[in-house]
Amino acid sequence: MSTPLFEIDDLHVNVGNKPIVKGLSLRVDAGEVHAIMGPNGSGKSTLANALLGHPRYRVTDGDVRFKGESILKESPDKRARRGLFLAFQYPTDVPGVSMINFLRRAVSARRGQEIPVREFRQQLQAALTTLHMDEQFVRRYVNDGFSGGEKKRAEILQLGLLQPEMAIMDETDSGLDIDALRIVAEGINAFHGESNGILLITHYQRMLNYVHPDRVHVLAAGRIVRSGDFSLAEQLEAEGYDPILEEVAAAEGAIAS
Amino acid sequence: MTTASKPPISKAAYEFGFHDKEEALLKLPKGLSREVVNTISDLKSEPDWMRELRLRGLEHFLERPMPQWGGHLNDLDFDQIHYFVRATDRDEQSWDDVPDYIRDTYDKLGIPEAEKKGLLAGVGAQYDSEVVYHNIRKDLEEKGVIFMGADQGLQEHEDLFREHFARLIPVNDNKFAALNTAVWSGGSFIWVPEGVKVDVPLQAYFRINSEDMGQFERTIIIAEPGSEVHYVEGCTAPVYSSDSLHSAVVEIIVKPGAKVRYTTIQNWSNNVYNLVTKRAVAQEDAVMTWVDGNLGSKLTMKYPSVYLMGPGAHGEVLSLAFAGKGQHQDAGAKMVHAAPSTTSVINSKSLAIDGGRTSYRGLLKVYEGATDVRATVRCDALMLDDKSRSDTYPTMEIDEKRVSIGHEATVSKLGEEQLFYLMSRGLTEEQAAKMIVNGFVEPVIKELPMEYAVELNRLVELQMEGAIG
Repeated sequence: MSTPLFEIDDLHVNVGNKPIVKGLSLRVDAGEVHAIMGPNGSGKSTLANALLGHPRYRVTDGDVRFKGESILKESPDKRARRGLFLAFQYPTDVPGVSMINFLRRAVSARRGQEIPVREFRQQLQAALTTLHMDEQFVRRYVNDGFSGGEKKRAEILQLGLLQPEMAIMDETDSGLDIDALRIVAEGINAFHGESNGILLITHYQRMLNYVHPDRVHVLAAGRIVRSGDFSLAEQLEAEGYDPILEEVAAAEGAIAS
Repeated sequence: MTTASKPPISKAAYEFGFHDKEEALLKLPKGLSREVVNTISDLKSEPDWMRELRLRGLEHFLERPMPQWGGHLNDLDFDQIHYFVRATDRDEQSWDDVPDYIRDTYDKLGIPEAEKKGLLAGVGAQYDSEVVYHNIRKDLEEKGVIFMGADQGLQEHEDLFREHFARLIPVNDNKFAALNTAVWSGGSFIWVPEGVKVDVPLQAYFRINSEDMGQFERTIIIAEPGSEVHYVEGCTAPVYSSDSLHSAVVEIIVKPGAKVRYTTIQNWSNNVYNLVTKRAVAQEDAVMTWVDGNLGSKLTMKYPSVYLMGPGAHGEVLSLAFAGKGQHQDAGAKMVHAAPSTTSVINSKSLAIDGGRTSYRGLLKVYEGATDVRATVRCDALMLDDKSRSDTYPTMEIDEKRVSIGHEATVSKLGEEQLFYLMSRGLTEEQAAKMIVNGFVEPVIKELPMEYAVELNRLVELQMEGAIG
């Protein structure tokens, strides 16, 4: 059996002293798209931030391996340079720093060497075209004054330029109208290939109509409680989370009693 | 607009900390007295009215108590300062005639080279107490533009000089303006005739060389109706173990429809007290802009002001303060709206790092009857660590109802979310912090001539190295 691209092994994460993720395991192989679906408060964003090493999210147990190597002791920038990427649910603005300057620095950091200007411009132009974006966009300051849709597109623009091997998308569909959703999904699909993996974290199924997942997992109270194929997402869309959550609760109750 | 001299910004820790062997022709003994003031006036062969003003300045200075607001001034010992140091007895118009050891200093600072490239319309160089070199482009001279040392201005244009000297900043304005009036020496005298637009900057370079030195230059700029001029000043000094004092006075008259921009890059060494009074009057439809960069000094107290006296006048202060270890930058701005339909913008950015302290101190005043005034004040402070300190002291006195005033002040620490966001894209913590800081100062930096902007960014980055992470 080959080494998995990305592996989460019995992960526990605290925010402050409160356990939020409580024993989550998952494996994503190259070429796969996984979806984690969960109701509000199930630990979706905590998981996403912890995987990139946000200092406020403390891993208390378990492991995260990238191509077989544990990355939990590494700083966020080191994880990023390895090829891990997080598309933020709420990207932070950095006033005074132009997108183009930021993107060029980020691409250079990812490569481990300065990208030549001409090459960068060509890549940038191609990525902008894919996302139906104007070149003026990259003259603006990073996320500063962006609309919700612009912020999400900017994240996908970075995904396309940085070419990570493992991309975690934290509620990338939230706040998008149907046209923007389609464009963003096209961007993700254009990026996706045999050599990379994607973990889509979402509340709703609608994104999954455009970016088709190989596996769907249901997250509840910090753990994966059900896994299946695309039909699981359809079931959630039709019935909501309650029936599954009740089933799980009943089963756990039965074990406990 | 652009200048090409090496901006007075250090590439290493403090690149300008060197000093020449002191070869002063004349150095008055330390301390201040009527005798010292009289001697200065004698040396300059001044008219009596100036001597009398000087002596009045001395009286006011002695009478007034040391200010107990702003920065800590009580360690400043006025008896330990040389109030006048003459390096050479000539103000030359060719660098070849400037004494070699002084010329060397300015070569190191890149001034003659910049002038040769034709990127400056005029250059003035003050070394200790006096202007040792000044020159102006011939075509501007032919159009009647005056750009010379202030002492020469007094000698050659006495009436014009007298009309404007100590008018905006009277002798008794404040303790340090009074001191300057008593012992002033050097500075620039600029007069731009009606309708003449000086297309590239005039630059003055102030250098303290002697130890325990006080530099007290006096600058007057008069822009006749419809004229335009940009004046850039840079300041550096050697690093000595004892303190030096720089206390300048600048008065600017911007007549109807004229535009003046005054850019300062102050990078004194960290043993210099920098206590400066700067004031401008903007008449009808005139525009006055102060761009004020404070990087060096031990303590700076400086609040450039614009008095908007005619309808349609516009004033701006864009300032950037950077306080590192042992430094206090108490800087700000004053805008006084005394006429209707006047507008103003204050945009202040300050950075404190490694135990440094920044304070924004500002006044916005609108007199009754000054209707349809639009004014915005924005001051942002960023602290890069827990040791540093930042305060804001904004004062507003609005005596007219029909006005539109905007005010915004932020004090923040380097943001965890911003750092995480940039680091999640592969930037190291240090790269991320630098990027955030460069973005923070961008609104002021982009107003600077290109070379200054590049150097300032680099300086900010250098100062941050080691202090972050």
